[in-house]
Amino acid sequence: MTGIVDFLIVLLLLTNLRILGSSRIPACISAVALQGVLLAVILVSLSSEPLWGGTAAFALLLLAVKGVVLPWLLRRAMRDASVTREVEPFVDFSTLLLLGGGLMGLSFLIARPLQVSAPPSTEKGLLPSAFFTLLTGLLVIITRRKALTQVLGYLTMENGVYLFGVSQAIREPLLIELGILLDVMAAVFVMGIVLFQINREFDHIDTDRLSVLKE
Amino acid sequence: MEPACAAASVGVGALAHAAAVFGLFFSFPSDAEGRWVGLDSLGRMFLATTAILFLSVVFYTLGYLRREEGRTTRDLEEGFLFRNEPEGMFVGCLFLFLASMSLVCIAQHLGLLWVAVEATTLASAPLISFHRHHRSLEATWKYLLICSVGIAFALLGVFMLAVAGEGLVRLLALHELIASAGGLNPVWLKAAFILMLVGYGTKARLAPMHTWLPDAHSEAPSMVSALLSGALLNCAFLAQLRAHAILLAAGLGMFSGGLLIVFGLISLVVAALFVVRQGDYKRLLAYSSIENMGILALGMGGGGLAVAGALLHALNHSLAKGLLFLVSGNLLAVFRSKRIADIQGALSLTPISGGLWLGGFFALGGLPPFGPFLSEWLVLKGLLENGRWVAAVFFLLALSVVFAGVMRHILPMAFGRPSMAEGHDGSSSSIREPLWSILSPLVLGAMALGLGLFVSAPLWRLIHRAAVGLGGP
Repeated sequence: MTGIVDFLIVLLLLTNLRILGSSRIPACISAVALQGVLLAVILVSLSSEPLWGGTAAFALLLLAVKGVVLPWLLRRAMRDASVTREVEPFVDFSTLLLLGGGLMGLSFLIARPLQVSAPPSTEKGLLPSAFFTLLTGLLVIITRRKALTQVLGYLTMENGVYLFGVSQAIREPLLIELGILLDVMAAVFVMGIVLFQINREFDHIDTDRLSVLKE
Repeated sequence: MEPACAAASVGVGALAHAAAVFGLFFSFPSDAEGRWVGLDSLGRMFLATTAILFLSVVFYTLGYLRREEGRTTRDLEEGFLFRNEPEGMFVGCLFLFLASMSLVCIAQHLGLLWVAVEATTLASAPLISFHRHHRSLEATWKYLLICSVGIAFALLGVFMLAVAGEGLVRLLALHELIASAGGLNPVWLKAAFILMLVGYGTKARLAPMHTWLPDAHSEAPSMVSALLSGALLNCAFLAQLRAHAILLAAGLGMFSGGLLIVFGLISLVVAALFVVRQGDYKRLLAYSSIENMGILALGMGGGGLAVAGALLHALNHSLAKGLLFLVSGNLLAVFRSKRIADIQGALSLTPISGGLWLGGFFALGGLPPFGPFLSEWLVLKGLLENGRWVAAVFFLLALSVVFAGVMRHILPMAFGRPSMAEGHDGSSSSIREPLWSILSPLVLGAMALGLGLFVSAPLWRLIHRAAVGLGGP
């Protein structure tokens, strides 16, 4: 199975770069949705035993929430706010891609000391790519102006955390997994409502106009 | 929902919650070891604090909602008109907020704890934007995004804890982790603690992860600020303490305690710097929360007697800060300004609010005979006993700078000739304040004073038992 998982990991790394380097919001939403799908597939392909009911059900749920429901919500928010492009982020896109490359290196650096003492069953490439996804999300949140893109960054971060959970084969009780998934979904939902209100109040959703409150 | 009906339901709900907590307080004599939820001494203390604060805040909220009912308000700073959030929505979120905070206090499973802490963020976000205008939305957005990102890091920390316990613990239940702490993988355990400290620290407003806080507090209605500062802070702090307890049990107390001290000192210094040059009194209160958060973290890291001091201080701070935020709402209603410079003579115009305002800051500044004096003194004594001289010196220095800075702002607000307030002719006669706006702060103030004069034996026992698992005496 290692070959398949490696292939999936490479795909995941590419989606990160896509999110970092694209100015078109629909493309970013698709990339985040693809990450959700990849997460579900990695989860299934890593389970060593014949597919256990719980894992399969959770993978399906992951696919539904991260691959379908959340992207649909975001697309709707995008249409309502009629924004499709990230105009001039704080850092331009080529620099962002370079930074992304740097972050990838950093992720491998962070992962090394942890991997040394990790349980031996772990897939080697998964840990750094989880960190890389997390850091990509953080970079997107910091460097983008549109509130919608910041939500995308948050989702990317969450995907990174999930990938870590999947990579370490953490089997939490289904109840907790459901709770975590529900929280993330509710977070995006609440953010969507606030987005809607910001949009009505300002006629646009640039967060750099949200700068009255400062010291 | 009819507004009156919504308001009544929140009153009944708060009473029922307080009654249930009161009942639980006495019914479980021993520390329960639940798989998912259970009420240990630490959780019991924080749950009781939450219930007391919520009840007094709700009493204030009833009057506040009646005053604001169906009103279109003129913004105080920029003069535009805005409407409030529907009351049903506000009250519903208030309930969800209480429920999620209670779950944080009783959660004994780290995954469940995470779910509950994230739920507190989501439930409180609509509370901050009760006044619907662009500044409150900006504050809500910052709060939501920064806290969610922080909490995502905490989730990674929880997962790492699971890796650290691979093959040892089946569940991330607290007592299981503590029981087998010696066998946990130390590298992963340390990484998990750092992530959980930073992640939950974003919500617990440890500097430098505090940036959302002053905005949220200056824009939220005063009673929401009181809850955020008095109750939510404790909940996030409790989540950090759970992680700290595991590291202590694993023999890594020096590591986690050291980190807590470092973050505590950073918070103290940042708070001292910002308090001195603050021009907005609700923001002043927010920075004072950061300062007190620093004291809590410092006390926890200090070990020994300082742990007991920090636990007592958490209670004291909740009472005093709840009082001050509620009174700040009263001042805002009378003087119609959040600027410190616009307010003079609060004592002669509104004697009760003015007196409470002054008293609250004396209490929080650590003057005897109020509760915080005792708890801050315990923290200091604990630090000295454990030979943490540098931390103790910084602690004292920051406390005095904050106290001087606060007094410089507060004394002119309380004394002097009353500045012109709307509907007031500038003469020295005082304004009659409605009962709802002063009763809750008075009760909270009385409790803060009572804790300074006399800490009852059952409370000491509770603090002692809670401190045992945290390196206390």
